[in-house]
Amino acid sequence: MAARNSFKGDWLVLPLVGIVAVLLLWTASSASWAKSLPSPLKTWEMSKLYVMEPLAKRGELDQGVVRFTWYSLVLVTKGYAIALLVGTPVGFLLGCSKRLTLMFDPIIQFLRPVSPLAWLPLGLVLFQKSEPAALFTIALCAMWPTVINTAVGVRAVPQDYLNVARVLKLSRTKTLFKVLLPATLPYMFTGFRLSLGIAWLVIVACEMLIGTPGVGGFLWQEYNSLIYEHIILCILTIGLVGFVLDRLMGMVEKRFSAV
Amino acid sequence: MSFLELTAVGKSYGQGSNRTEVLRDINLSINEGEFVAIVGYSGAGKTTLISMIAGLLAPDTGEVRCGGQVVAEPGPERGIVFQNYSLLPWLSVYENVAMAVDQVFPQMSSAERRARTEQYIAMVNLTPASHKKPRELSGGMRQRVSVARALAMDPKVLLLDEPLSALDALTRGTLQDEIARIWRESQKTIVLITNDVDEGLLLADRIIPLSAGPSATLGPATVVDLPRPRDRKALMKDPAAKRMRLQVIEYLLGEGRRRAPAQAVAADLTTAPERSAVAVVA
Repeated sequence: MAARNSFKGDWLVLPLVGIVAVLLLWTASSASWAKSLPSPLKTWEMSKLYVMEPLAKRGELDQGVVRFTWYSLVLVTKGYAIALLVGTPVGFLLGCSKRLTLMFDPIIQFLRPVSPLAWLPLGLVLFQKSEPAALFTIALCAMWPTVINTAVGVRAVPQDYLNVARVLKLSRTKTLFKVLLPATLPYMFTGFRLSLGIAWLVIVACEMLIGTPGVGGFLWQEYNSLIYEHIILCILTIGLVGFVLDRLMGMVEKRFSAV
Repeated sequence: MSFLELTAVGKSYGQGSNRTEVLRDINLSINEGEFVAIVGYSGAGKTTLISMIAGLLAPDTGEVRCGGQVVAEPGPERGIVFQNYSLLPWLSVYENVAMAVDQVFPQMSSAERRARTEQYIAMVNLTPASHKKPRELSGGMRQRVSVARALAMDPKVLLLDEPLSALDALTRGTLQDEIARIWRESQKTIVLITNDVDEGLLLADRIIPLSAGPSATLGPATVVDLPRPRDRKALMKDPAAKRMRLQVIEYLLGEGRRRAPAQAVAADLTTAPERSAVAVVA
């Protein structure tokens, strides 16, 4: 077969070609069948202020994108931290005990697909306030990949490693921290990465419902104010942040799975 | 009185009608400082046998005694080198050995422990690689780390579970020489599990065949009273060695074979030059 025409700039040029193609499709759509869809140019004009002054604060729900992103990230971090703090030990217990797995696995499989939109009202009922309700929802939705991956990881620890621990007569605590935990880390970080992705998905939905300042809250407000350009701005911001978070976690994950 | 003693040891796996007896009526007596090789078929239960000596598995019948005491659980006085090395991949060579040293000698000062760790890494000639992770090492080097870790615990018995079977022939030869040297220098009791009769001839004082499973048991021992150090090439021609090799193989192919498929046996039990000897017997 003939060699494919390729040059060193492929990694940069080809994605750019893809982006341009989507922008063209977007422009064509907003000019033809989707009249209410703002064109890329219009979106940029309307969003310039928010992007060029990313840290500005003109009002509670009128702030630069970085500020909004920051609010959302703070909330995500809290909810995500709860998810990991609860999910990791639960995963460990499930991984260690067949009985517990049999007991709780059906419930986990049953709760896992429940949408964040369904949990939030329950959180509001339980906590009466919007922020704890949002944290409750994020934690509950984002926990499962961590639980499941940690449990799988613990079950996958080779018997050989445990035999080493037994021959050395390591105590239970030492076996946990010197053998079980390091052997499970790669699985745990895969869970952590997936959980973070979900947490970021959930935060936007939560903010839309509870109306706190943040990317999601802003999005919903601008929908109500009929400024559709800002909806697109929010979507792009959400996508970008999600992408960066995933990449960062991917790098951490790679570091740990390289053992 | 012997140092390591197995009396009427038996082990089965599975339950109900699926229950298979792996080992039956194993009697074995090993003196202190002796090097014993147990040679047998793949899947006969060699690893089960050594796991019971190590205390990782409890026998269903009979008992294992080490230094007069019944073996009930694993412990550092019975160092074991596993077939697949069993190094912890997130630790460096140094850390793998140090973990064992720190655990077994808590009363030593940290400087003494460091010296001991370095000493055993040097013993297997891995000092230049001591900061490397197992994945950066070849199979032979990994197995040497595993040997260093086991020896650093100062075990009374060293249990080697097919330590060289995953290695290429040249590396295997080098490591066989190293094991011979380590045994000579440390005078440890060693139990070597292998499927290679010649490995036993090269290293052991006694070769004991394990018959094919299920219900495998030990056959009559062949005493290897050849002078040491032994030379691999000379062993091929040595008439006494030939006779011993034949004796072990005759048992394994005859009385000890029972249900094992014959064609698999020849390939399994000998290295290439010995095929002709097997053909004569078979």
